[in-house]
Amino acid sequence: MQKKKKRKGVGEDEACVTVSPSASVGDGRKPARRSAQTALAISKNCSFMCFCFSSGIMDTRQQSKIIYSWYGKPTNSDRKLRTLQYKGILIKSERSRKERCIQLGDFVLVEGENADQPFVAQLLDLYEDGAEQKHAVVQWFSHISEIPKNKQKLLKRRISSQEVFFDKVSGYDTDIAVETIIDSVLVIPLRLKDELPTRLKKEKIFCVKQSWDGKCFKALSPHTFSKLNEANRKEDGIPNSFNSFVPSDIISSAKKETKKAGLSATKTKNVEMEIESKHSASKSSLSKKRHSLRVANGIKNPTARKKLELNSPTRSPKSKLLEQEDIWALLDDDCDSQLLKPTAIKRKVKFTEVLSSPPKITCANDKLKSVFGTAEDQEVLSGTLRLSPYRKLEDSNEKVKSLNMEVDAIVLTGHKELGSQSPAVTPRSRRTCTQETSTRIAEQISLLNMLESKEEEDFLSSSDGSYSSSSEEEDSDVSCTPEKKTKPSRMFSTPKSSRKPSVHTPAKTPKKTPLPGTPRTPRNATPEIPRRSHAAQKPTSVLEEARLRLHVSAVPESLPCREEEFQDIYNFVESKLIDGTGGCMYISGVPGTGKTATVHEVIRCLQRATEDDDLPSFQFIEINGMKLTDPHQAYVQILELLTGQKVTATHAAVLLANLFCTPGPKRKTTVLVVDELDLLWTRKQNVMYNLFDWPTQKHSKLIILAIANTMDLPERIMMNRVSSRLGLTRMSFQPYTYKQLQQIISSRLNSVKAFEEDAIQLVSRKVAALSGDARRCLDICRRAAEICEFSSQKSADEIVRMTHITQAIDEMFSSPYIQAIRNASLHEQIFFKAILAEFRRVGVEEATVQQVYRQHIALCRMEGMQSPTVSDILAICARLGACRLLLLESSSKYLHMRVRLNISQDDVMYALKDD
Amino acid sequence: MELRGEGSGGVGRAGKARRGRSREAGGQAARALLGIEREGRARARRRRLTASPQIESSAMNKRKLKESSGTDGECISQVQKMLRERLCHHRAMGKLFGIDQQYKHLLELLKQTTVCGESNSALIIGPRGSGKTALLNRVLKDLREMKQVKENLLEVHLNGLLQTNDKVALKEITRQLHLENVVGDKVFGSFAENLAFLLEALRKGNRTSSCPVLFVLDEFDLFVHHKNQTLLYNLFDISQSAQTPVTVIGLTCRQDILELLEKRVKSRFSHRRIYLMNSFAFKQYIRIFKEQLSLPAEFPDKAFAQKWNSNIQLLTEDKTVQDILQNLFHYSKDLRSLNFLLMLAVSNVTVRHPLITASDLQEASKQYRMDSKANIVHGLSVLEICLIIAMKHLNDVYEGEPFNFQMVYNEFQKFIQRKAHCMYNFEKPVVMKAFEHLLQLELVKPIERPSVRSQREYLLMELLLDNNQIMDALQAYPNCPTDVKQWAASSLSWL
Repeated sequence: MQKKKKRKGVGEDEACVTVSPSASVGDGRKPARRSAQTALAISKNCSFMCFCFSSGIMDTRQQSKIIYSWYGKPTNSDRKLRTLQYKGILIKSERSRKERCIQLGDFVLVEGENADQPFVAQLLDLYEDGAEQKHAVVQWFSHISEIPKNKQKLLKRRISSQEVFFDKVSGYDTDIAVETIIDSVLVIPLRLKDELPTRLKKEKIFCVKQSWDGKCFKALSPHTFSKLNEANRKEDGIPNSFNSFVPSDIISSAKKETKKAGLSATKTKNVEMEIESKHSASKSSLSKKRHSLRVANGIKNPTARKKLELNSPTRSPKSKLLEQEDIWALLDDDCDSQLLKPTAIKRKVKFTEVLSSPPKITCANDKLKSVFGTAEDQEVLSGTLRLSPYRKLEDSNEKVKSLNMEVDAIVLTGHKELGSQSPAVTPRSRRTCTQETSTRIAEQISLLNMLESKEEEDFLSSSDGSYSSSSEEEDSDVSCTPEKKTKPSRMFSTPKSSRKPSVHTPAKTPKKTPLPGTPRTPRNATPEIPRRSHAAQKPTSVLEEARLRLHVSAVPESLPCREEEFQDIYNFVESKLIDGTGGCMYISGVPGTGKTATVHEVIRCLQRATEDDDLPSFQFIEINGMKLTDPHQAYVQILELLTGQKVTATHAAVLLANLFCTPGPKRKTTVLVVDELDLLWTRKQNVMYNLFDWPTQKHSKLIILAIANTMDLPERIMMNRVSSRLGLTRMSFQPYTYKQLQQIISSRLNSVKAFEEDAIQLVSRKVAALSGDARRCLDICRRAAEICEFSSQKSADEIVRMTHITQAIDEMFSSPYIQAIRNASLHEQIFFKAILAEFRRVGVEEATVQQVYRQHIALCRMEGMQSPTVSDILAICARLGACRLLLLESSSKYLHMRVRLNISQDDVMYALKDD
Repeated sequence: MELRGEGSGGVGRAGKARRGRSREAGGQAARALLGIEREGRARARRRRLTASPQIESSAMNKRKLKESSGTDGECISQVQKMLRERLCHHRAMGKLFGIDQQYKHLLELLKQTTVCGESNSALIIGPRGSGKTALLNRVLKDLREMKQVKENLLEVHLNGLLQTNDKVALKEITRQLHLENVVGDKVFGSFAENLAFLLEALRKGNRTSSCPVLFVLDEFDLFVHHKNQTLLYNLFDISQSAQTPVTVIGLTCRQDILELLEKRVKSRFSHRRIYLMNSFAFKQYIRIFKEQLSLPAEFPDKAFAQKWNSNIQLLTEDKTVQDILQNLFHYSKDLRSLNFLLMLAVSNVTVRHPLITASDLQEASKQYRMDSKANIVHGLSVLEICLIIAMKHLNDVYEGEPFNFQMVYNEFQKFIQRKAHCMYNFEKPVVMKAFEHLLQLELVKPIERPSVRSQREYLLMELLLDNNQIMDALQAYPNCPTDVKQWAASSLSWL
């Protein structure tokens, strides 16, 4: 026993030694592990950093790896699931030879989808599964920027950038890969009224005041509050009443060193942040670094996925509810032999700690997962759960334990069943399952809440000693005395003064600006067209009403005649959403066949479905090739719509590739509509290639709906590698038939009786024969309504008849050429005749002005008219050329300018003959 | 106003064919006075040089006459002012003739936009000088007088000749919408940002609450050539979707404009076309002539106005005047050419010559329809005329095949040898000099670019004059030797 203890002591001592040098050097080295882009930004700013960077750049290549190793021995193992639990993890950067130890209960930053915004979470459990993958179970905290804009309004107060919300949203996967953990942070629970102490304002600390469950904000329950506080107390270094065998000086020195290391890391980050980007929060730079690092190394780490995975058969088991194993007990005995308490108490301690700490969702999820295959299991479970609130007053360890065991058993059986069942589940049934689960999750969360809060109270009052011992055991390294804290903070501020030239925001504030765009750009200001001073007039007559309804911009309640297409697209997107995978769909059709409208309708329906919790929520973005000035701007727009960042096209491409190619937790599926796809064509086709490549990435969760006019676009203009990625999910919108057009008009008019039935049919048939363009159809109708209104100002209730329609159609489709020739002046007409004569004479459909001029004079003589001068002829020629009735060469050739007709000779003849 | 008129109309529309003609007409002092800037700047400069003494003299005349007959002089200057304004600024405030239908259509369209917030798009198509801009200006003027509309309409005027690409156009739109005030001076970032910015601005609005925006695209056909037709697509797309109500009005003279639109742009365009065709008969033309010259009832000197108007009435019934107008009408139906003719006539009105006469109009018509190239021939030397005649014979013999200086010189030598008694035999360099002068006057044109290697004598040329023009010019040429005339009539006359 004694020996073991000693060994541990030595181990910690070693840690101190290894850490201390890195603490002094580490700040300089850190930025070396960044992408070239940020390096550029650095070099601009201060010489100090330049030096650091150059010193670090040499060993960037070899030593950029970060090693994650377990702290201590496995505390607990599950034989069935072959998992080993640990109480802490060492994060060791190979290059800086610096180690950080993060233990259960600590708050950590987790790499997010967006390099600028890592997630905040509390570490609840650490385990290694059978495949030697290191996992962590966390309780998420949401930053304000992760909360939907419309829900942010519910808060009705200003949210400081340091505030996070205790996340109770059920959709997130709490099981993450350890490799995604970046660093530890502090999260302080506060009452709603409280302000963050000013001394902490500038620290890299978060505070939590409320919880967020995806629907509304609630104040922290007293239980969570105390729980968080407790976790915090350990971190904050407020002296706990613990006594341990480990010599206190060693511990404190270790603490000091780790703290220092942590803080120096923060400092480095701050320096970086200051230099690198004005708008990113301090915590972001680290994660950014890791992002770029990952890209540079091409490493695909198994990253945390926050999303709830409903159907994965190989789900890693949750270990927090498992029974303790002997090893763990032994180890415990090792560490603090003074506390020779019965293991039962220990277990109890462990249990409550785990159970009472935030991850109710995880528990619920877990149970549900197991439950949702078998009904009996569910009954058993709910039975147990219902049981517990009644019994909890007794506070008997055995009972709690038995509950624990029972739940555990359910988990296991459920898990097995699930494995056998899930492959057969169809998308449809999945959806219903989701619904079921979500409701169950809700009810069980509430049950568990009650249960936990009670038990928590009991425990705090009854077993003080055991509690403190366990806390000591868990967090001995991190605790830190106040005066030690001041020292690093002083160190922290000194380099800052040397960084005078930089003019950016103070480095210390871990402030996250709500808009990550650069603040200097006025482009972020939202422009607006001034409002009108008089209210728009309401339609007064039936015809006006009809005209408004027939306007293309009027959004109909439903899209008639596109039901099939709608259903196909809907099913496609829905299935991908449920699977949480990506995919492409290519939609083609001539203009005005309702492609974009249908897609928008689908998105609207899907959004409605997600609001009703039928579907996992998704992010919808849309780009239009015609609204881009350059194909590469597509990246910029997508990135801006996704994250709000504004960067250059090349940088945006890199960031997007990161985003879609590396798995990130908490990320929703993205539905991207690319309208006018053909305009994204570039010579190398890299924009299209990337767009269609991302959905094929494993973790991209990107669904692309590409819209273009031509059906054979993939074959015609795309390279093979691009069209292959686009896949074969295609759909083409046929031009509307006359019946469909008829239906569209009638459905738009709805009950407004403004058109004759025959009139509608006439329009539909005419348009269907021409193009099948619904826009044209509506425009004709609108014009006809106008004509009708115009012609019948006396008699109020006129309806649109065939004649009006014919008139509108004539107006829109008649060829202007004949009319233009008929209305030309006499000499212009003679000039046409001369041209025809000359063409006939030469036999070629081209002549010089000189030739035509001679013909013209001859014609004039025949008619007995004054013949025009050459200048007159050239003026006539220029006039007709401007109208494009003639095609002319450049006029510098004067008489030798060649002339051609822009219309057929027959048309000219026809136009001239009628006179 | 004047400047704007020149920007869009003067440069683009005056037309190259008219250029030559105005060169001669340019000598007139009165025209310089009237500020006919539409005729290209270079010519105006030249004209001013020649005209300045005459301006002084006419001004002096006026001053002298003012002393003798003060009231009459005042009347004349008022008439001049009024009529010049009417004839020059026709596009800004002129009356509309024979396009009531189109006027109503456009007015109704814009009313819908401003009053109901309906988005629309339309094209006004018509040949040059048919009154497209005048129509639009008139409609806008009438609209602005309506109380309901006045504060409810934002106007953006673009011109294809000024906004040569979408980037410039976007900046101009932002400026005209006063959006740059919202964001300080840094709004003009990259093209992409600008586009996003503007689209964002327009997307935010909706039909009922946003102020409608009217986009007027003059020389619409030039916007069609912008890359991808991005601007047109976006404008039409906004007009077809539920965003800020916009109305896009394009003005163009090209009849094939719809074929130039890309298919998706075309689909978004509402296909509303307003045609201006100059579709009036000669009777209407005469009436327009009368209305354009008549003084209004509110003219201060009633007696003079009555006298003037009755004179105009007499003129319209005059046979020669009708012939002049008929000729012009046959030549071109657009009102701009009529205004031009009247301007020339009106500028002849002085105190001593207070009323327009038929001969004034005849003179103006002569000036207006002069052949520019033939006029240059009048000012040539005999040697140069001879060279032109030689070229004419070469053209006749070789059926319009190009020639070079040596051939012309040989032809000229043949003539000289025959008629040595009446023509001085010029040396070759002198003839060369004369030939080069013709080259500078662009009566002859090299068919290929002069290169370093080829000798000037053997550079291939072609004559830019028609036989008719040469013969006409020779008829009018003062003191032409009879031998030369004979030679011109027949290439064989020297035999």
